[in-house]
Amino acid sequence: MKPTDFDFISKLVKERSGLVLTPEKAYLVESRLGPIARREGIATLDDLVSNLRLSGNQKLIEAVVDAMTTNETFFFRDKTPFEILENVILPDLIAKKRGAPIKIWCAAASTGQEPYSIAMVIDQLGHKLAGSRVEILGTDISERCLEKAKAGIYTQFEVQRGLPVTQLMKYFRKEGDAWKIADSLKANIRFRHMNLLDDFRTLGRFDVIFCRNVLIYFDTPTKKRVLDRMAQQMEAPGYLLMGAAETVLGVTDAFKPVQNSRGLYSIDPARTAMTRAA
Amino acid sequence: MKTCLVVDDSRVIRKVARRILEDMAFEVIEAEDGSVAMRNCEQHMPDAILLDWNMPVLNGIEFLRALRKSPGGEAPVVVFCTTENDMTAIVEAMEAGANEYIMKPFDSEIVQSKFAEVGLV
Repeated sequence: MKPTDFDFISKLVKERSGLVLTPEKAYLVESRLGPIARREGIATLDDLVSNLRLSGNQKLIEAVVDAMTTNETFFFRDKTPFEILENVILPDLIAKKRGAPIKIWCAAASTGQEPYSIAMVIDQLGHKLAGSRVEILGTDISERCLEKAKAGIYTQFEVQRGLPVTQLMKYFRKEGDAWKIADSLKANIRFRHMNLLDDFRTLGRFDVIFCRNVLIYFDTPTKKRVLDRMAQQMEAPGYLLMGAAETVLGVTDAFKPVQNSRGLYSIDPARTAMTRAA
Repeated sequence: MKTCLVVDDSRVIRKVARRILEDMAFEVIEAEDGSVAMRNCEQHMPDAILLDWNMPVLNGIEFLRALRKSPGGEAPVVVFCTTENDMTAIVEAMEAGANEYIMKPFDSEIVQSKFAEVGLV
């Protein structure tokens, strides 16, 4: 791929998704755009880029952005965030919300394994929920991923990554070669398309946001903008869960780390109120 | 070092499993059917057993039932690893005393994930 073509693609992807493609990712761009060119009947990557430059074909642009996003996910990924949800976040929110719905947003839901893992944690809390209702929203930039998430149908390989067999027995049924998630788990989850660069205000307000392993692909100013806008959508204490290799430190002061719970942050209520008023 | 008994009538599967488990710091013992596995367990009870279902002489589910009734046989963590991938088979295995269940084909990531699930890593 010519450097000018790579620059065009990386600028396009950054504008549309926030994802930063550094020059050493040129091989990734080539390997992921090749199948799109073939599917569209476009002979070469040069021609694909020319087509993008000249036509402004929105479907093609979306396909390119979608192809460049990383959709890696599995059930109970990293385990710790789900233990924190069960043992730290939910007990606190159940006590503080006094029956009002607890709202959780999975900001990069991908193919749905994260929101369904959360739903399993909640289902197993049983009477400890003390009547609290929990609503989960899963959003993603990829329509392709969201379709799979909504269907809740997974391959044998996918249901063996991170998912204990006891959970498989409890929450899935086999349909042909695939495994379908129980309707009871799907009932409390909504999925919708959302680009993290878009306005979040239409989503409503949340008590917990899972935003794991997505901001690592953004530059610092974009990370800050996303995190600050997330803080605006949160109710105190407002818990944010990030990936094990991520932090808000040095990016924004809208969140502060929660002691003894790695990857967990809460909003600074005073700062958030001030920013909202401004 | 923890020991893992790999019970499978396929030499290739035993070899693949051995490689994965040795990378996970297990000492690996092999058995080609449930009967050989039972004799192994009588001599030295392993910490973990990776167990195929369909084998000659004594199959996996028969072996597991016999193991769980034998002295000290409640101790090993048993992870089925089989082409049986229906819910009825999974339920049968778990009721017979299995701790986890892998549906073939498998790779190192799945073995590690399942072994972690039952506290073996």
